[in-house]
This record gives sequence, C-alpha cells and structure tokens, in this order.
Amino acid sequence: MAIAKTIGIETEYGIVHRGTDEPNPITASSVVINAYLAAAGYRTDSRSDVVAWDFTDESPGADARGYAPTGSLAPEVETHLVNAVLTNGARYYVDHAHPELATPECGDALSVVRYDRAAELIAQESMAAANRLLPGEQEIILYKDNSDGKGNSYGCHENYLVDRSTPFARIIRHCTSHFITRQIYTGAGKVGAELPGQRTDEVPFQLTQRADFFEEEVGLETTLKRPIINTRDEPHADPRKYRRLHVIVGDANPSQVSTFLKVGTTALILALIEDDAFPREIEFAAPVASMRHVSHDLTLREALPLADGTTITALEVQWELFALARKWVEEKGTDLVGGPVADMVLQRWEHVLGALERDPMELADQLDWVAKYRLLDAYRERHGIDWNDARLRSMDIQYADMRPNKGLAWRIGLEQLVTDDEARRAMIEPPADTRAFFRGKCIEHFPDQVVAANWDSLVFDVGAKSLRRVPMMEPMRGTAAHMGTLFDECDSAVELLRRLGSQEPRIGDTHG
Amino acid sequence: MAEREQVRKPAPVERESETTETPAASERGEKIKADLDDLLDEIDEVLETNAEEFVKSYIQKGGQ
Repeated sequence: MAIAKTIGIETEYGIVHRGTDEPNPITASSVVINAYLAAAGYRTDSRSDVVAWDFTDESPGADARGYAPTGSLAPEVETHLVNAVLTNGARYYVDHAHPELATPECGDALSVVRYDRAAELIAQESMAAANRLLPGEQEIILYKDNSDGKGNSYGCHENYLVDRSTPFARIIRHCTSHFITRQIYTGAGKVGAELPGQRTDEVPFQLTQRADFFEEEVGLETTLKRPIINTRDEPHADPRKYRRLHVIVGDANPSQVSTFLKVGTTALILALIEDDAFPREIEFAAPVASMRHVSHDLTLREALPLADGTTITALEVQWELFALARKWVEEKGTDLVGGPVADMVLQRWEHVLGALERDPMELADQLDWVAKYRLLDAYRERHGIDWNDARLRSMDIQYADMRPNKGLAWRIGLEQLVTDDEARRAMIEPPADTRAFFRGKCIEHFPDQVVAANWDSLVFDVGAKSLRRVPMMEPMRGTAAHMGTLFDECDSAVELLRRLGSQEPRIGDTHG
Repeated sequence: MAEREQVRKPAPVERESETTETPAASERGEKIKADLDDLLDEIDEVLETNAEEFVKSYIQKGGQ
C-alpha cells in the first residue's frame, strides 16, 4: 500500500582551490563549510564545534536484498571531518573530498526544489565567506556538476520513503525503466563521453553527466561499479515499517524544473509500485547499455530493445508511465504524493514530454541539457568551431560554476519555481511538514544542549548523569502541527523533554 | 501487439488551454532567444580566459 512520500536529495559539489601550489580538496571542503557556519552564526566553540552528527544507527552496508554479496564494498563513513546540522534540518559535511549538502526531509517535490535552492544559496555564501578568509590570491570555487570530464564522478542522490512491505524485486523492475528513460528531462548535459574507447566526435554532446558511470543493474556500491538500482538498506526510520530508496543515477540540476520533475515523477512511480498499479513490466533487454544509449541520443528516437523482443523509445516509456500515474492520481487522489504539488508534477510532466516530442529546444528555459546544448551550439556556430574545441568543454564546466556572476546556468534565464526570498527563508527555517521541523527547531532553540543529531535521533545534554537520546523513527512526526506552541513555551531542553515525555507522542517513541 | 497499444500517448487533459497558451509560448520563445543573444554577446568576458588550461586543470576526486 502506498505511503506518504518523504523525499530528500544530497548533492556533492565539485571544488577547486586556486592560487595555491598544493590544493587539497578535503581541506578546502572543510574550509568552506566552517566559513559558512561561522558567518551564519552557528556556535563553533571548542567543546564540540557545531552540533555533531551521531553515527549510532548508521548502517550504510546493509543491503535491501537481505545479504551482502561477496566482494561488494560498503560506503565508508568519515567521522573525522566537519559534519554539521543546520537550523533548517539539513546536513552539511565533507564527503569523499567534496562538500555535501543534504536537504532536510521534504513532504513534496516543490519543497525539495525550495531546499535544494536553499542549498545552492548556502554553497554561494560558503564560497564568499571562505574567500574573505583566504589570502588575496587564493579562491575556492564550487561547481554543481557530477563529473570532471576525465572519468571522475560524484553524485546527487535522491531518497524516498517506501513501504517496507513492498517487495524489493518490484521496485527494481519498475524503477529501472523509469531511471533509464527519465534522463530525457533530468539530464544536466555534458560535452563528450567518458567511456574508454569512445571518441568525442562519436558523442559530441549527451543528455546526462552520470550515464557513462553506470556498470551494473543492481548493487550496493556508490563509488565504483555503480548500479542503476542501489540496494543500500538504511531507512533512517522504523525499519519494520519503512525502507528508504536511495537513488544514485540522477544528475545535480541547476534547473529547478529538472529537479522538480526528477523527484516528483519518481515519487509518483514509487506510489504506483507500492500499490502494484502496473498492468505490465517494461523489461529492458540490456538496461546498462540502454541507459547510455538514451543519454547519447539527442533525437530521443532511438529504439531500445526489450526482453520480449520488441523495442521502445524513451519517450514512449515516459508517456506510458505518465498515463499510469495520472490514472492512479484520478483514482487515489494526491494525499500521499504531495497534495496539489502532485497535480503540478503531472501537468509539467505532460507539458515537457509533449515539447520533447515536438522540439526539445522549446524547453531551453526549463531543462538543463536543453539550455546547455542550445548555448554551446549557438557559441559553436558563431565561432565556427568543432564540438571538441576546449572552449565548449570549458563552458560545460562553467555552466555549473556556483558564482552567480560566472555560472552560465544562473545567467541563461532558467525558469524558477521558487523565489530566492522563499529559498533564503528555507536556509534558516525547516519544512513544517516532516520531522525535520523538530530537528531544526531544537537546534535553533537549544544549540548548547543538542550535542549530536542524526536523521532519526537527537541527543541532548541536560546536565544529568547520562545524555538523553530522543529517537525520531517516524519521518512524518515532529511536524509543526505535532509540536504546536511547544517550542515557544519551553525555556530549556529539560522542559521540552519533560513535556514531550508526559504527553501524546508527538515525535514517535521518546524512550531511548 | 496488444501491449504496444499502451505506449501510445494518452489524450491531453485540457485541450482548450493550449489555444491560450500558444501566444505566451512564442513570446517566451522570443525572450529566450533574445536572452541567448545577449549572453553570447557578453560571454567572452565571463568565460575562463585560457579554456584549454582550465579544462586540463579541472580535476575532481571521485565521490559517490
């Protein structure tokens, strides 16, 4: 049975440190994050830096299939680097030599766009704050992309709350066809290919940053031999009721429309999967190859082989999924998939598929790959240069430059679904409709008493002999509605914990 | 062949809205084009000065 979709995305930003002989991306990442925390007024005293991350319940090695295949690598957790929780409920930390911003849990796709835009503004303020601290000749620049063009990739991952009772095999079946084909609107665009033996003149431009890096259909890895379906089974919620689908195939999108459709359509497809609402399975004969072919095919017309011997195009798959999603919403309503926002998703989905079918260039103000292609192609024509000219690859990188005056994505006139005023509020304020509200408000009101935080718990130091750990195993509890006026009425964390313990459970089980 | 039936594009929900949409869409198309021309005119000032060197030096550590 479909359950309410809590959604979040996490983005690893590319980082460049100029003006130094020995740039170190890990140090530079720490510098930008710490500079932001200090500038934004977070407590950075010696006792515990800012509110630290609590790794007690982390188990990134757990596999949704119920076993860990021999030779598969669980992701490493780096505990020694800066790892902060913000008042908007987000997490900001160093991951694999990149600064990473994970949005708080959001209740709908538009909320995800708002918090992803807030994350971009945080990244911009971080750069500015770091560069005020660095010697004049040095500069740190962040990039919202997923590849350096030399075979190194870093991710923008999505997370969706899914009903635990849904068979994982069913998720694999239907998500695979969605992930292969949604690239036609989620791609951030890239000059050239990064497959061994593939020449740029064979793939002058492709839809996505990431497709070249997927080698398996299903698996646990995220850094090598990346699978289309990631099986990490770490729900950050009550594991008897929930799983968290961790999606690693997406690009980081400067375009808000691309991000909106990416998470909005996927949340809908997952609700359909939970309700087993698919009349047939679209089983690809060669998912990994098809993933690349879709990305490399700017005509969107390539016939992709299915296991039953027939063929299908990416657009045809998306029309079929769209029709099923619309039918599901007509029957079941939108309560579990973001309310009115689900109707916006369906409308935009239909509009974008129609335009992609007629002429993708109609979407130059909506989708990243189209905006980037159109700009680079116009530049190429104006200067009479080939696709392998370094200037085009340079513009490709610079599309994702986070500096507002340098980043081409910010200057190209992309449609905004949320205003920057809204996004600025979202840098501070948590979403009201998920447990991120409780996390963010505790950090705002009791920064000295929250000593550690995680997605599913907060640890308080209330002066007693031992620390008090408050589990938050229900992602849809601890909302503004659950908390009411409690934060205004409590002067201390002690009082908050006492009131929480004596009343109806507002955040799930409060007994650690 | 029955399953091929399902891949056909479903009928749009609100046909009538398209007539009102068209002028706005073409206006928007022209604005996008004007924005693009403006950006192309000024872009050389914004672009990295040594493209070749910049592309070569843009090296990231692999992540997730």
